[in-house]
Amino acid sequence: MAAFLTSIHYMSWVLPALLLIPVIGALLILLVPRGNTAPGADEIAGGTAGVPRWIAFITLAVECLVSLGLWWSFNPDVATWQAVYDMPWIPNWGIRFTLGIDGIALMMILLTTVIMVLSVLGSWTGIRTRVRGYYALMLILTSGMLGVFMALDLFLFYVMWEVMLVPMYFIIGIWGGERRIYASVKFFIYTMVGSMLMLAAIVYLGLHASNVATNIPNFSYDAVLTSARVTPQAALWLFGAFFLAFAVKVPMFPFHTWLPDAHVEAPTAGSVVLAAIMLKLGTFGFLRLAVPLFPATAMRDDVRAIILGLAVVGIIYGALVSLVQPDFKKLVAYSSVSHLGFVMLGIFAVTVQSVQGALLVMINHGISTGALFLLIGMIYERRHTRMIDAYGGIARTVPLFAATLTLVSLSSIGVPGTNGFVGEFLVLLGAFRTHPYLAIISATAVILAAAYLLWAIQRILFNPLSKPENEHIPDLNKRELALLAPLIAGIIWLGVYPQPVLRRMETAATQFVKRVEAATGRAATRTPRGER
Amino acid sequence: MLAESLFFSAVLFVIGVVGVLTRRNAIIIFMCVELMLNAVNLSFVAFAQVYGVAGQVFVFFVMTVAAAEAAVGLAIIIALFRHRHTVNLEQINLLKG
Amino acid sequence: MMLLQSVQEAATQGSATGTAMDWLWLVPMLPLLGFVLNGAISLLSATTLGPADPSAAGHGHRDDGHTAHGHDHEHPEPHKLAWLTSIIGSGVLIASFGVAVAVFMAYRSSGAADTAPIVQTYFTWMLTGDLSINASLMIDQLSLVMVLVVTGVGALIHVFSVGYMREDPGYPRYFAYLNLFVFFMLVLVLGANYPVLFVGWEGVGLCSYLLIGFWFSDKANADAGKKAFIVNRIGDFGFLIAMFLLFANLGSLDFTVLRTAAAGLEPGGVLVTAICLFLFLGCTGKSAQIPLYVWLPDAMAGPTPVSALIHAATMVTAGVYLIARSSFLFSIAPFASLTVVVVGALTAIFAATIGLKQWDIKKVLAYSTISQLGYMFVGVGVGAYAAGVFHLVTHAFFKALLFLGSGSVIYAMHRAYHATHSHEDAQDMRNMGGLRTQMPWTFALMWVATLAIAGVPAFSGFFSKDEILTSVFVRARGSTLADATWFGVPGNVVLYACYALGLAAALLTAIYMTRMMLYTFHGPSRTGEKERPHLAEAPWVMTGPLVVLGVLSAIGGWLNLPAFVPVQPTTSLEHWLEPVVGKSALRVTHGAPQEISHSLEYALVGAAVLIAAIGIWIAFNRLKPETLVPKAQAKPEEGFQRVLEHKYFVDEAYDKVIVRPTFVTSRNLLWRGIDVGLIDGLMVNGSAWTARALGWLGSTLQSGQVGTYAWVLVLGVLAVLGAVTLR
Repeated sequence: MAAFLTSIHYMSWVLPALLLIPVIGALLILLVPRGNTAPGADEIAGGTAGVPRWIAFITLAVECLVSLGLWWSFNPDVATWQAVYDMPWIPNWGIRFTLGIDGIALMMILLTTVIMVLSVLGSWTGIRTRVRGYYALMLILTSGMLGVFMALDLFLFYVMWEVMLVPMYFIIGIWGGERRIYASVKFFIYTMVGSMLMLAAIVYLGLHASNVATNIPNFSYDAVLTSARVTPQAALWLFGAFFLAFAVKVPMFPFHTWLPDAHVEAPTAGSVVLAAIMLKLGTFGFLRLAVPLFPATAMRDDVRAIILGLAVVGIIYGALVSLVQPDFKKLVAYSSVSHLGFVMLGIFAVTVQSVQGALLVMINHGISTGALFLLIGMIYERRHTRMIDAYGGIARTVPLFAATLTLVSLSSIGVPGTNGFVGEFLVLLGAFRTHPYLAIISATAVILAAAYLLWAIQRILFNPLSKPENEHIPDLNKRELALLAPLIAGIIWLGVYPQPVLRRMETAATQFVKRVEAATGRAATRTPRGER
Repeated sequence: MLAESLFFSAVLFVIGVVGVLTRRNAIIIFMCVELMLNAVNLSFVAFAQVYGVAGQVFVFFVMTVAAAEAAVGLAIIIALFRHRHTVNLEQINLLKG
Repeated sequence: MMLLQSVQEAATQGSATGTAMDWLWLVPMLPLLGFVLNGAISLLSATTLGPADPSAAGHGHRDDGHTAHGHDHEHPEPHKLAWLTSIIGSGVLIASFGVAVAVFMAYRSSGAADTAPIVQTYFTWMLTGDLSINASLMIDQLSLVMVLVVTGVGALIHVFSVGYMREDPGYPRYFAYLNLFVFFMLVLVLGANYPVLFVGWEGVGLCSYLLIGFWFSDKANADAGKKAFIVNRIGDFGFLIAMFLLFANLGSLDFTVLRTAAAGLEPGGVLVTAICLFLFLGCTGKSAQIPLYVWLPDAMAGPTPVSALIHAATMVTAGVYLIARSSFLFSIAPFASLTVVVVGALTAIFAATIGLKQWDIKKVLAYSTISQLGYMFVGVGVGAYAAGVFHLVTHAFFKALLFLGSGSVIYAMHRAYHATHSHEDAQDMRNMGGLRTQMPWTFALMWVATLAIAGVPAFSGFFSKDEILTSVFVRARGSTLADATWFGVPGNVVLYACYALGLAAALLTAIYMTRMMLYTFHGPSRTGEKERPHLAEAPWVMTGPLVVLGVLSAIGGWLNLPAFVPVQPTTSLEHWLEPVVGKSALRVTHGAPQEISHSLEYALVGAAVLIAAIGIWIAFNRLKPETLVPKAQAKPEEGFQRVLEHKYFVDEAYDKVIVRPTFVTSRNLLWRGIDVGLIDGLMVNGSAWTARALGWLGSTLQSGQVGTYAWVLVLGVLAVLGAVTLR
């Protein structure tokens, strides 16, 4: 496989192709005539929804297949950018269109393409009005998110960052639930406020990494990384700007309140994409930008203490608030706050194990929470309610659904054998080496996670089948099984044999840790006794 | 001589300004605007006495503009009146917001 | 077949021994295969796929293909493919046991039996930075003992289940979960490092959850399953912290590496004590000791064979196994070991007192299990690791027998009540009585088990329990534990006190077990006139395993006869386990095996026998089954009896002190207060409100009055002019 890919010069065109394919698909969808169903009417019943759905599905399936080649052609042993694609864009401002990946970006790209295909399958019967617009927006969203992961130019990074906001705003605002306008506006403005400061910081960085001779700013990531002339005081403000932008996205406590509303009001696929991919953009930003650009600032005792403190608070707080949610989607939303707290803990504990664990939690959370939202969407299509109390005992009527929901919940809880365990284990193990007490406090979240999820699925699946409207729910159909199958396979495979994934991310994680250690001049970890 | 004329012109101007700012009736406001313009004319003539005939030429310009402006302005007031049935400027607040 | 070969090659890359030991991986994989097959049978036969467009379907029609009716009390429908499940489910266990025996023989005949464990590594699980965890299984003396117990007793219980659960519509699902459980349990005992052990550890907790809540349509059962999982998780938290401590300080999590690395730890130091205490927290969760025992009595909501397998013979003994496996740590942490002993002894007596006043036959056995586990922890706590494991093995025999026997009883009672359409409690002893006439085999075999558990000489339980008590006494006279202090109390005082508690618990054990036998099998029958003719012995598929277990309970003592007995062989198990735990045990006893005079030994043994005899005599004399009335007519208990019957109200206390406040705080303070009120309300929506308010303020400047605008213009001009001229 690797030989075949080299023969077609795969690595030289794959990244721009991944950006272009969804855009072409979106254009195709918009070119399709709308058909004669009245706007606002049920287009699936009217028969005009077929073409846009299939175009979107095929486009994203192609996208997924193209991106899979990256798995084989990625070289885990080199520390440089791979699949680099570089073109001048706005030369007078030092902006170039540069794309490239490392191990972290590789995994995120694969996660994105897979989840997007599954989301389209998941919205097959859920989106019934204005279908063309919806699928076109999903495709543009894909392009935007992939662009963030691939961008090696700060300006391009920011453009892509903002590009993904607009489709998400429309998806929530048009096809969402009852309070969708409130939720979408809140989501948009909240995220934008964070990113505003990031823009200022990026401009500052570009100007200060400028070519001394020609005075042209330089926004290239490598240039800024190595040669930006930034004083420590300025670094603090710049880090703060980046921190704010990414902290809103992660979401870190206390910047998390947009998430429950956005998740609850978004349509199923919107929630899936939001949880599985968009939340990772925040942590990705920390890994790629905020910490490597300003390692000394990030590792200052006060800064690190605040961030780690907020992360641990997020872990425990998210879990406790999940416990008492009556709406299942909100419960999962708050559990995301808890899981992403683990990621932040892993990143800022800065050991190879904790960073690898954080990366794994990012992937695992994408898979298991994505699956959870898809399952919620499926049961919502049948019963049109997300309230846990409206269910009860439905494991007897929908046994397949019950089995998958139980397995996915176990993955979210972190039972060994599922993917959730490996990530959390590595994070806590690594964090324990530098911050033992914080790790101990965070470890109590494993108890809380079991409590809130098991209680929720008990009230939904088990207990007596008391409500008559639950007695005739149809079980999963073939399409739904087909889209759950890869997620379940991922849950088990990553739980039992995560090593291929870990290996591909190892170099990037080690580089991250080394860069921080070099800047702070001290090893971040105590060496274990008897080693080295 | 110049000082007295200028003083007189300034007084007239201020009276005109106060009138514009405080009166409610649009037509009165126009008359005050005319007063302001004529006060300026007066000061131009006074300067012409000292500095040459260019000042008197300016007076012609001002008078022409004043006439044109009065015509257009009164036309606007008539159009307004047709819509709002009032020339009381306090009641014409479509720009409010 | 190719898959088998490739796995085989992968497994033996590093250490192909060319013997049966290379097939070790089959031992856990066979039950896993059973899980997959039975799970497939269960899911595929129970489901009809839904329509392509679920939201347009409205109220979809459910045709009669659905068999997911759950346990319909009036007309239970057995599963169509039950015969296939029986074959697969019990077949894989018997095959696994066969392979385990082959591995055992191969290990014994290989020279490695005296020195090194054999580790089979299958693949790299986690390799990052300086952390290396492999998916490895280890064959050594201790793991072999456990494997034989798990597969052997497990196979018997699977065969029993074929009879017991035959009529249940969820039969394949039951066997799937049971097979999965055995898989995880085998991973637990065969794991070559702590993380693999932890996979098994949590896995058995998961299967326990699934099996306790098997009849989930009843909320109480689902609650019990959830409670078990969450309480277990609290223990797992402790286990995790211990692992982190080990890795952060010793750099590895492999048993073989740690055994040598632990020599560098400071004996009795804070680090090793912390590691051991956190490990023990895990044990209190999994093995139901104080304070995390509360899930085990509730777990009786599951089917009785589940209680036999999981909550008597295997899962709950995982904690004892863990301490034996970590003996190299516990032997250099006297404070932690003393804690283990104290908690074990207290749990033993605490649970025994509760068992005195329980009426549900399974609850009696549950508290008995908790109490006997306490004994095992006392054993491994004082450094007599072989004794603890010995009691684990004998307990597996007689407790499984007791549970399965009670299963036969409950099965008979259920049939009787079904036949008469009665809704009485089939598990309450007040509804039983005089069953020895209707169920003679079960009666006899359960008496064998009762004598074993009470510690009557020549039965297996006598030898194992006596070994533990003697070890405590001996170590109280001289050992590292006796030299240490426990919260200020000298170690030898603690140990003597625990010995006394152990004797007291033995007395109570004899009493409540005899009580159980008296109320169930002796005396007049309280079952009711109509039901009595329907009571009968269980079919042979159920009674057969009971016989095997009965034989084992009777002669199991041969595994480890004490040294002073004039029969050979003696102390076989102790010798067998010596390469694993021998050094650690010696470390506790100051480097030399304890010698006590024969007269003292006979005295101790005699005391234990006397206690057992007194207990049985008290029960026969004071507890009159004739005074009982059926449950429906029984008066509620009063006074201290009521406290005992309600388990000292511990569950209620936990609920009030921990569970309710967590919920109330989370709901009112954290969610409504901070999240919705403070962050969302004040800051987010508050800033939105402020922005709108500022905008409104600004809009008041736009009055629409041209005159006002002119005023502002003039003032502005004056201001600018003034600024310019005055500068």
